[in-house]
Amino acid sequence: MTWRDRILGIWRLFNSPSRHHSLMFLTLGGFIAGIVFWGAFNTTLEATNTETFCTSCHEMKNNVFAELKSTIHYSNRSGVRATCPDCHVPHQWTSKIARKMQASKEVWGKLFGTIDTREKFLNHRRELAEHEWARLKANDSLECRNCDNYSSMDITRQSPRAGAIHERHLLSGDKTCIDCHKGIAHQLPDMAGVPQG
Amino acid sequence: MKPVQILNFAAVLVFGVLVGHHCSRAPAHKFIDAPVGSVAVPTTTQTSHSIDALRRGAALTTEPESLPLARVENADIRRARNYPMQPPTIPHAIDGYQVDQHANRCMLCHGQTNSAQFQAPPVSVTHYMDRDSQVLAEISPRRYFCVQCHVVQTDAAPLVANTYTGADDILTPTPATGE
Repeated sequence: MTWRDRILGIWRLFNSPSRHHSLMFLTLGGFIAGIVFWGAFNTTLEATNTETFCTSCHEMKNNVFAELKSTIHYSNRSGVRATCPDCHVPHQWTSKIARKMQASKEVWGKLFGTIDTREKFLNHRRELAEHEWARLKANDSLECRNCDNYSSMDITRQSPRAGAIHERHLLSGDKTCIDCHKGIAHQLPDMAGVPQG
Repeated sequence: MKPVQILNFAAVLVFGVLVGHHCSRAPAHKFIDAPVGSVAVPTTTQTSHSIDALRRGAALTTEPESLPLARVENADIRRARNYPMQPPTIPHAIDGYQVDQHANRCMLCHGQTNSAQFQAPPVSVTHYMDRDSQVLAEISPRRYFCVQCHVVQTDAAPLVANTYTGADDILTPTPATGE
């Protein structure tokens, strides 16, 4: 039996009516299998969308997560905090799946130890940071605004300086959060040549 | 040596030069400069003839209760200088500002190029000069670490009394400050 015959055989099997199973079994079985598959898929997806998962790699735990801990997005007066996926994974489903597919490159990096020492991480930091700046710039800092929403921001309760700047540049829409708030949650790479503000 | 090590070494060298330069010039009373309207120092500190102001006169056998943490003044109102060459104090909070070999958060607003956008006072041209008075394109390494000279002020009561009087007050005493 040649390869061509085998492939044709499989095609015929799937292309012909079922000989032994009822239509009800096939439709209901397919429906239930679909629920199980979808549930398993989404559970796994959400499991990879937690801080526990991110910090299970020492690359994240010892570098970016350690730096996050001293910032206001980890520790503050009200106890509301952001976890890794709140800022780094889109919340909307299709964008989330797109980001998760991009993240397959990060799995590659993990397997081959692209940033498995502090020195390697620092050498790559500018490149990694630029990816995130570009992403947030392109979606108008969507992940920032999921929590820090301008329409709910009482600028009279901000310091006079912050209120005035937010009113001038954020209200008018000529700037987005990441334009001024680079390095808000992690340390900055060498910023030579990066336009700021 | 790796580039990172060389940079670290250079940073330490610059820091050392800056500190030496600064200490040789800055008047000592800068460090006990009291903010206007500060709370009077408890008399126990002065009568105990002790330099141990941190213990606030408490006996060595007792444990004085800790003072609450001081709050950084964040009113964005520029303070007057107490003498002409005083580095202006910072009138806002600087929590988490990154100033290291990679980035300088202060210069985001106080640099010459961005000061108009943020309406922040730009650092003077002297900050761009090296020690031979050559004006550089970017802030001079010896002026890079802002908080060596410019500091925030808190609402904490001063630990020791301060009788400093500025030259202007000596020449033309203000009636309001006379007691």
